Amino acid sequence: MAKIDAQGVYYRELNEQVKELVAAGEKEIILDNVNGQRYIGDGLAKEVKIEINGTPGNDLAAFTDGVELVVNGNGQDGIANTMNAGKLVIHGNAGDILGYSMRGGKVYIKGDVGYRVGIHMKGYQQQQPTIIVGGTAGDFFGEYMAGGRLILLGLKSGPAEAVIGNHVGVGMHGGEIYIRGTVEDYQVGLEVQVSEATAGELEELREYLADYCQEFDLDLEEVMAAKFSKLAPVSSRPYGNMYAY
Amino acid sequence: MSLNYRCPEFLVERVESNCIECQACERQCANEVHFYDQDFEKMRAKDENCVNCHRCVVICPTNAIGIRKHPSEYKENHNWTAGMINNIQKQAESGGVLLSGMGNPTKKKIYWDHLLLNASQVTNPSIDPLREPMELKTFLGRKPSKLEFDEEEQIKDLPPQLELSAPIMFGAMSFGSISINACKSLARAASEVGIIYNTGEGGLHEDLRQYGENTMVQVASGRFGVNQDYLEAGAGIEIKIGQGAKPGIGGHLPGEKVGPEVSKTRMIPEGTDALSPAPHHDIYSIEDLRQLIYALKEATDYQKPVSVKISAVHNSAAIASGIATAGADIITIDGYRGGTGAAPTMIRDNVGIPIELALAAVDDRLREEGLRNQVSLVVSGSVRNSADVVKAIALGADAVYIASAALISLGCHMCQSCYTGKCNWGIATQEPELVKRLNPEVGFERAKNLIEGWAHEIKEMLGGMGINALESLRGNRLMLRGIDLTDRELEILGVKLAGE
Repeated sequence: MAKIDAQGVYYRELNEQVKELVAAGEKEIILDNVNGQRYIGDGLAKEVKIEINGTPGNDLAAFTDGVELVVNGNGQDGIANTMNAGKLVIHGNAGDILGYSMRGGKVYIKGDVGYRVGIHMKGYQQQQPTIIVGGTAGDFFGEYMAGGRLILLGLKSGPAEAVIGNHVGVGMHGGEIYIRGTVEDYQVGLEVQVSEATAGELEELREYLADYCQEFDLDLEEVMAAKFSKLAPVSSRPYGNMYAY
Repeated sequence: MSLNYRCPEFLVERVESNCIECQACERQCANEVHFYDQDFEKMRAKDENCVNCHRCVVICPTNAIGIRKHPSEYKENHNWTAGMINNIQKQAESGGVLLSGMGNPTKKKIYWDHLLLNASQVTNPSIDPLREPMELKTFLGRKPSKLEFDEEEQIKDLPPQLELSAPIMFGAMSFGSISINACKSLARAASEVGIIYNTGEGGLHEDLRQYGENTMVQVASGRFGVNQDYLEAGAGIEIKIGQGAKPGIGGHLPGEKVGPEVSKTRMIPEGTDALSPAPHHDIYSIEDLRQLIYALKEATDYQKPVSVKISAVHNSAAIASGIATAGADIITIDGYRGGTGAAPTMIRDNVGIPIELALAAVDDRLREEGLRNQVSLVVSGSVRNSADVVKAIALGADAVYIASAALISLGCHMCQSCYTGKCNWGIATQEPELVKRLNPEVGFERAKNLIEGWAHEIKEMLGGMGINALESLRGNRLMLRGIDLTDRELEILGVKLAGE
């Protein structure tokens, strides 16, 4: 296990140090006093665990391919951008465009997330990314979604509070979104059909959530003790008929 | 089915005395134009299906076929042209968005054709490239403001550069928009000639990995096929913001074209539409662009030059200045005549500006701001011949991308119907029966020949000007003169009128 004090270290230098450690075979790295440094874990394709104490900057885990990252703090924007594999656990909130074009791996957020989360998430064969958010999400959740799964729990919200913004799943043409509770028709895109999760789907959800609950020390039964709405695309070709030939 | 109100665009003419009813034309036409009429025992044609791709004309063993514009003209009207009337009929049938293939074909001024090159006479000697050395080698990437050398007299800290044997690259065309055989032809030709081809937004097919050193991998808004492995596979990385044929909009590769191979390469399920959002949703500003540029540099340890491609629009100069300061190593600008596999016709024909004007404006702006050495400038859309290349270099470009010209070298006859997926030349199609018509061995030779021919012509033009290295022509607008241009046009181009 290696430790780096990131206090006052420029991101480029910090990431170089991390890469050097990884190249030398280090399997566990702790970064202390992280304060806005960008691109941590960017492009890393090794099995290594990085624990971040503080607030990492934008594009955390961009293009990441197999790294396990834990953030003891909040995340910022662009987290897990085009991430291919790995696991990211954030013990706080995260910003906008989380998981843009993410193709694999898992991202767990304990708190709330911003706008356009899970935009253009993709799935391909065994690679099916998962994002689970414990709190609330802003507008355009799952926009253009093409694969994988987005799970929004709204655990701290009261029954009358909205856990999600508007334009959910606009342009969605693959994958699935689960929202704990209900979602109004006006909140979702035209390309989405909403139904109550079936018993079979809840079983699957339970599997995904078991790991999440373990990470954040939550009671799985309590999390499951609610209705879940499932959002699925109406078609894998939402714009198939829009052209004149 | 109701009556189709459209008149056929083309007339298939068959010289009956030549036709031997071999039915080759019927077998070769994916548009189902030709058929053998049992009753009359002769070949006939459904003119309305013809797109004028010339496949049958070329394949007919007895030269029996000719295609021409259909003689049934609308009443002469300079305002309501036949094309406009046909478009309205099409939309009235379906309510859809009009689609087009290849670049803007409308009759607008082509500035290349209003620029003329200089040649040496008496006062300095011209150079004959057949017998004297002539340098076309081009390096793309950030150039340092000053050079420092180490003890072994090697340049210290030189940013990564792409090395080209000639200032020409094959423009971005994805596997999906074009066939694998077209991709293979261009990739291999690039590799043999020592230039670069661009993957477009379609991922990198495993058969093309061997050409990595000659590959620009593209990262566009859909991020198809993009992972760490992909970023490392090429010589450079290009962030595609815009395309000259469709500035400001995204792309839809229809599900029909997403077969097993395209699916694997793009890493998306078979049969789904591949949707590229209009913007990159992680880029809403120059600062955000800088973030993605550096995310890519971080991911590849600052070993690959990063290009940013935009379409030529009204304020390209200011945008380019922003891109340069955002840390890009190369700026690519695609003009409004740039090609496409499919674009909404209204966008293609009405959005964006000519590349010649955008290039001059961007080069000026970067010079004024002292940024020109920080980025290489690549232009495209459309560069039709080696003279266009030379004019682009003289206006200030470091290199050009050619795509339409490259496809023409593979057999494209500019029928502009790429979006139908029925390309009879095996280029803009994913149908196996059509794809195999393009033999990559032949395609590679033809594309290679094109670059070699152009390179030779460029040397001749340079030699004529008394210049023996392309570097001496870059931004050397004194080598250009304009004709039929207004004072304002000349001012923007930074070129004198012929005679001055």
